[in-house]
Amino acid sequence: MNDDLADVLRMEGGRIRATLIRLTGDITLAEDSVQDAVVVAMERWRVDGLPERPAAWLTTVARNKALDRLRREAGRPVREQAAQMLDSFAADPVTSAGSDALLRDDMLRLMFTCCHPALSPDARLALTLRIVAGLSTTEIARLCLTADATMGQRISRAKRKIAISRIPYRVPQDHELPDRLPSVLSTIVAVFTLGHHSPDGAADRRVDLATEAIRLGRMLAELMPDELECLGALALMIATHARHEARLDVHGDLILLADQDRSRWKHDDIAEASTLVEGCLRRRRVGAYQVQAAIACLHGLARSYAETDWPQIVELYEMLVTLQPTVVVRVNQAVALAENGDLTRARAVIASVDAGTVESWHLYWAVAADLARRAGDTQGEVANLARALQCPANDADRRLLQGRLAQANAAIRRASSAR
Amino acid sequence: MPRYAALIYGNAATETTGTPDEWATIMQEYNDFGDRAVAAGVMAGGEALQPTPTATTVHVTGGAKGGDIVMTDGPFAETKEVLGGFYLLDCADLDEAIHWAAQIPGAWHGRVEVRPVIDFSQNG
Repeated sequence: MNDDLADVLRMEGGRIRATLIRLTGDITLAEDSVQDAVVVAMERWRVDGLPERPAAWLTTVARNKALDRLRREAGRPVREQAAQMLDSFAADPVTSAGSDALLRDDMLRLMFTCCHPALSPDARLALTLRIVAGLSTTEIARLCLTADATMGQRISRAKRKIAISRIPYRVPQDHELPDRLPSVLSTIVAVFTLGHHSPDGAADRRVDLATEAIRLGRMLAELMPDELECLGALALMIATHARHEARLDVHGDLILLADQDRSRWKHDDIAEASTLVEGCLRRRRVGAYQVQAAIACLHGLARSYAETDWPQIVELYEMLVTLQPTVVVRVNQAVALAENGDLTRARAVIASVDAGTVESWHLYWAVAADLARRAGDTQGEVANLARALQCPANDADRRLLQGRLAQANAAIRRASSAR
Repeated sequence: MPRYAALIYGNAATETTGTPDEWATIMQEYNDFGDRAVAAGVMAGGEALQPTPTATTVHVTGGAKGGDIVMTDGPFAETKEVLGGFYLLDCADLDEAIHWAAQIPGAWHGRVEVRPVIDFSQNG
């Protein structure tokens, strides 16, 4: 029965919290009330069995618990007002007509609140993981490689800012979307990335976060079919996730794109993403997510690594570098250039990155090592691999780097004994 | 209705410079903003401040009332951007406050910091 409860919370927890936040206007009260309802469910579901509509059941109980909490604190004017508001909300929000649209809007409102540009990117991600995805502070701290206490402070400070500054709980109007959508999309993609490639512990520990991010992306895309970057971000996540089952071997080690069993990719998903991207690109309002999605689709559509359309991917990276001149994009551009046979430019791009910005980013050093290897510079490869291993990285990445370092060292030994 | 202070920061170096024409243009921008905010019922007050060389920073020592008064000539922090004035704006929420703050000329000549004002009549 507790498994059922866990399933309901994973699938519907965000919506339940979102509805409670709309009803109470208070994030902490909403979280506490949902937690109260979960405690009741653990008792009652064991005896009475799973209710017919578990999410509706939890929402109703949480609403009553919120009311109890507000009544207990009555006497404080603001709370009394809230209790009246809640009391007057007679209809069950989940069973009333048109509730699907209402619930969807609750989730969107919650996303736009948690991802308000007045909050720092770190705070947006933490709040989204906590309130939308329902992770504990400890889980979020581990995923984001921060201390528990730091993360706890970050989350409570963000909640306080929402309450005191009155960050509104609503979906922005169309004309506001250009200012508001980017911070939502970047947060959803950050959640996806944490799920797809978690920086801590075993890779793919949190696949559920990747699927949750795709679900949120779909919801946004449905509501805003004219926002091409929204469709682009969705396509990027779908195309990337389509390859996820082929990414790890039985030991949980990372399999590189070149070595993946392409029959294990979800080709229907890649086709869906490609259709989305083509639809976007035809409308000629290109953006960074659309270009990244196009690149991911080209990888997905190649029947083998050798058949990858590198010339087109290089072209897309040229475009992406102008749209989003970040270190990550340049490192990926270098990889594409090398695969396209332009090792000189690849190494020039890598060398042009300001070392200060990549000091603790293992993938930068791993790519620099790979380019050195391709150029026959084994000493350079070893030096860069050693740098990579000094950086924080998940277990799968670490094993891959160690394997390479062993190979490179063996090559050096062979060369010196042959002399 | 929540009230927000929009604190207008400008460049300290240009605070006292500028030709009369430049000042007239900036004053006109501020007057336009004021007219719009008053017409919308958002404006709750505000003042322009004399340049920072006129500022005195006051600190009472000992961490409690009644300590020695220490005065410092100049603003609290010597930075390139200084507080030049402020508005008090009555807005429904942060989005509306940002909407108005973004129309204050200081937002482009410098920066505008938006901060909620504490409402002591509410104890919730």
